[in-house]
Amino acid sequence: MAVIKEGIMSEQLWAPSGEIATLRQRAVILHKIRTFFAERDVMEVETPSLCAASVTDVHLATFSTEFVGPGNSAGLPLYLQTSPEFAMKRLLAAGSGAIYQIAKAFRNEESGKHHNPEFTMLEWYRPDFDEFALMAEINELMMHILDCQPCTSISYQQVFMDVLAIDPLSASLDELKSEAIKYGYGDIAEAETQRDTLLQLLFCMEIEPKIGQQAPCFVYHFPASQAALAKLNPEDTRVAGRFELYYKGMELANGFNELTDATEQAARFVQDNQLRVELGLNPVEMDRHFLDALAHGLPTCSGVALGVDRLVMLATGKGAIKEVMAFDIARA
Amino acid sequence: MANYSTNEFKGGLKIMLDGEPCAILENEMVKPGKGQAFNRVKIRKLISGKVLEKTFKSGDSVEGADVMDTDLAYLYTDGEFWHFMNNETFEQIAADEKAVGENVKWLVENDVCTITLWNGSPIAVTPPNFVELEITETDPGLKGDTAGTGGKPATLITGAVVRVPLFVQIGEVIKVDTRTSEYQGRVK
Repeated sequence: MAVIKEGIMSEQLWAPSGEIATLRQRAVILHKIRTFFAERDVMEVETPSLCAASVTDVHLATFSTEFVGPGNSAGLPLYLQTSPEFAMKRLLAAGSGAIYQIAKAFRNEESGKHHNPEFTMLEWYRPDFDEFALMAEINELMMHILDCQPCTSISYQQVFMDVLAIDPLSASLDELKSEAIKYGYGDIAEAETQRDTLLQLLFCMEIEPKIGQQAPCFVYHFPASQAALAKLNPEDTRVAGRFELYYKGMELANGFNELTDATEQAARFVQDNQLRVELGLNPVEMDRHFLDALAHGLPTCSGVALGVDRLVMLATGKGAIKEVMAFDIARA
Repeated sequence: MANYSTNEFKGGLKIMLDGEPCAILENEMVKPGKGQAFNRVKIRKLISGKVLEKTFKSGDSVEGADVMDTDLAYLYTDGEFWHFMNNETFEQIAADEKAVGENVKWLVENDVCTITLWNGSPIAVTPPNFVELEITETDPGLKGDTAGTGGKPATLITGAVVRVPLFVQIGEVIKVDTRTSEYQGRVK
């Protein structure tokens, strides 16, 4: 069998970006994931990649296309999903019970060592789980796939206090600015008007590289301003039921104790769109089917999205996402 | 000069930073699943040669730098300037001491060097990867010694000092790698 060397491969764009041996390891991991959920009676589902509505999230850019055919001679605008979240919640509202999906997700403007505009996401939902029960299940999956030490966990507030000695929940915009300047991000910080951008800058650059090095690390209770689709914490509304998982310098998963209130969800969409306009972006039409499903009734549940490619990177020790994919965007 | 957004960043792009022209060496996107994206960029300042890391907010723009490389043959120095010529157009350019910097020790007449121009003025001179220079000073070595015994220092006609094998003598011309200052061999 011909062996293709890395140096030659970079020239030959017909050839895979990942070695066949790595793709074989990837296949084994996908099989293990499916077995893990089958044993727990979580149903595998498939939902559309092409969706009529997109997401309002200010930091997500979508791919769009249109369907032309019977009944749509003028073209029906469609978006490639950035995650299967809305469709899966519609299934939950329809009474599916616990579900998971291994789906392709598409995010425009994202490409790099840890990003490919088309990537594979493992997303699952557990009715009646709070975020901590779901974190416990993720821990089992991590140990099963990566053979790693048990995950640790720390709150968003505590990790900021420990690493930077600053309270992310109470620090003012100016305090966050001087903290960012202290670490050499003056050019970004001085003109910044959003508290959350500064928190994300400090988190990505100064905290993320320092946590989850020995064992995967959950960070929970993200600030309410970064709740996304998570419920606010009823005991402390400054924080939300949102968590993330980090391991060896990579963000691996993002999960929520899901927001089930349709009115609150619609208000967050409106808020996102206001911010989009402020930042000079086009507002995005809200996903009506999703809001109607919430109004119909989404069961109390927690859900998480986990980057499968990054999981394979960790399992195989590869440093770039393209090395665990058959063909990255440069070879698409 | 045009502005470049972070989406246009790639190795080799020339941008202005703190009033100095710089070349991007590496560009890496850092983006949380939910939240602002950043670009962590490794940059070389083209005048000072300093390499540093800089973080940009994705979507921001920076001013491009009017920097271009041109291949010119080294002619001579008048003590203040080093003169180079385009072998096709015969157009001449003079680089000052700051632009020539430490590479002065690798300048050999008629060798084609890369001159980096910023707004039309030379800011850096890069010699060829290999140059041939005569040894003007070195301890006499013993005959019969072979390479690989640690060697001895030798001063070249331009003032550069490199380590050479013991058998190499004054008056001989040697080939040197200008990137590492390493002896490559004798030139017959």
